[in-house]
Amino acid sequence: MAVAQASKRRRITKMERDEWITGWLFISPVVLGLLIWTLFPTIASFILSFTDYRVLRPPVWTGINNYVYMFTKDKDFYQALKVTYSFVAMQLPIGLCVALAGALLLNTGVKGMTVFRSFFYLPSVVPAVAMALVWAWILNMNYGLVNQFLAALGFPRVNFFGNPKTALPTMAAMTWFNVGPTMVIYLAGLLNIPPSLYEAAEIDGAGSLQRFLHITIPQLSPTIFYTIVQGLIASFQIFTTAYVLTGGGPMKATYFYNLMIYQQAFSNLKMGYASALAWFLLLMILVMTLAVFRSSSAWVYYETEIKR
Amino acid sequence: MRDSSAAVALSVEQRRVTLLNRSARIKRTVGRTLIYAALVVMSAIYFLPLWWMVITSVKTLQETFSFPPTWFPRTFSWEGYINAWNYMPWPRHFMNTMTIVVGVLFGVVLSSSLCAYGFSRLRFPGRDVVFIIVLATMMLPSQVTIIPTYIFFKQLGWLNSFKPLIIPAWFGGGAFNIFLMRQFFTSIPAELVDAARIDGSSHLGIWWRIMLPLSKPALTAITVFTIQGTWNDFFGPLLYLTSRDKMTLALALNVFQTIAGSAAANQAYQQIGLYTALMAASTVVTVPMIILFVAAQKYFVQGIQMTGLKG
Repeated sequence: MAVAQASKRRRITKMERDEWITGWLFISPVVLGLLIWTLFPTIASFILSFTDYRVLRPPVWTGINNYVYMFTKDKDFYQALKVTYSFVAMQLPIGLCVALAGALLLNTGVKGMTVFRSFFYLPSVVPAVAMALVWAWILNMNYGLVNQFLAALGFPRVNFFGNPKTALPTMAAMTWFNVGPTMVIYLAGLLNIPPSLYEAAEIDGAGSLQRFLHITIPQLSPTIFYTIVQGLIASFQIFTTAYVLTGGGPMKATYFYNLMIYQQAFSNLKMGYASALAWFLLLMILVMTLAVFRSSSAWVYYETEIKR
Repeated sequence: MRDSSAAVALSVEQRRVTLLNRSARIKRTVGRTLIYAALVVMSAIYFLPLWWMVITSVKTLQETFSFPPTWFPRTFSWEGYINAWNYMPWPRHFMNTMTIVVGVLFGVVLSSSLCAYGFSRLRFPGRDVVFIIVLATMMLPSQVTIIPTYIFFKQLGWLNSFKPLIIPAWFGGGAFNIFLMRQFFTSIPAELVDAARIDGSSHLGIWWRIMLPLSKPALTAITVFTIQGTWNDFFGPLLYLTSRDKMTLALALNVFQTIAGSAAANQAYQQIGLYTALMAASTVVTVPMIILFVAAQKYFVQGIQMTGLKG
């Protein structure tokens, strides 16, 4: 035993051990960061989610009360879920299609591609607050550009953010303008598709629609998969637009889940309850991501599959 | 379409073109025209909000209410800018924003490249596990950690200071940036590092004198992303900065909106010329980001591609 251990120890040279220590020193910022700003707060918020904690008094253990209240008594909770899921359903599929359409157009080898790409990307670099204010002005009930035209064409004016029916779809449509980064990711994916595939298909007499369905989409599916996961996580965390424009109204029509967590934690100071809400959000994101991952084997095509 | 861009011998291409019958050529021209038309229309739609913001900011108040709306101001006016200037201490907010941007930027660049060096150039047990955990944190919604983190900063007495916004950036600088830097470091030939090791350089020396100078594209990418993200951040400053004199530009813009009157109260707008003033303030807050994007577009695109494609 002792001999075996000694020989094992001898195999690790001093140089190797130095590299281990240096390695851990180099990554120590992120290791500390993970402990201080991820691991510790995550555990703390899990514990807080089982307490009644209103900041001024120390937390009181209440077991699963927060979760019971959330599911059985809190009507706002269901409203926030409804708003958030409707938003994802309205925003994400069309947003991804717009991004893909833009990328396909940019990938046709036309002159001035970078100029068009800049135009598509520009709204994404504008601060969210500024963008929200610009939309508030364009969609203003009385003097906004859109309503001026609607009125001129004889349509009734639309109170985009004031009407519970239109507020949420309007916000979804606004986010279609922020697909610049997604478009760039798709464009990179398109450029990675070997031209030989298209040439072979053309020789076989495949039309452009067939080439799109049988080459572009399968080849791009890993990228699409990535953008779906990213987009899901991002749309569950929308905050600024609703906070600036509607504060969750009218009649809670834009009461996003994230807005609810913020209000419960920092306006109502119910930090225990807000922690429970946050943990449920984490759970939902995990389940949905897993579902996308699970389904991905059916529709995502990886290059390595051929090699096998 | 594709083979024309490839380096096919020109004569072959020309022969093909002459061989193409006329209907195919017409079809191709029509296709091209449609693609251009679609690109132009889409660009126009995407540019419209920005155009409308800038144009409104230099109109007179009367003209913003005129019908039909004017796409180009009949009379240029700076009254929007003057009104905006008088309502808020913008230089103060600009300085606050810049302080945070610079503090965060140094933290992100130094700590993410240090960590990336460890993850890409050194071999030690636990390295890959930690790296996967770092990547996994990108999936963790910030709402889960925000409440305990807020309480932590409160107990440290850091509320209403820039510290909660700057200090965390010095601890790794974010999973995205570490990932991007690591991708880039991996592409630098190992021989360079080995040669420097033989010459007796320390790893810290190699990181500083060899890796960082060779990584300018990646460093530029994380720099532009960090500047943009910090400048545009709304939630962090909203949470931690409570007094007016500490507010960043993004926060100040929202406060300006609420001061000037809620979105429904159109009466107030007419009195102070809110639309022109609001759009003037929005333009001022937005233009630096547009300049940054136009100047560093290449790096924006490369950075996104470097990280997006590996997902």
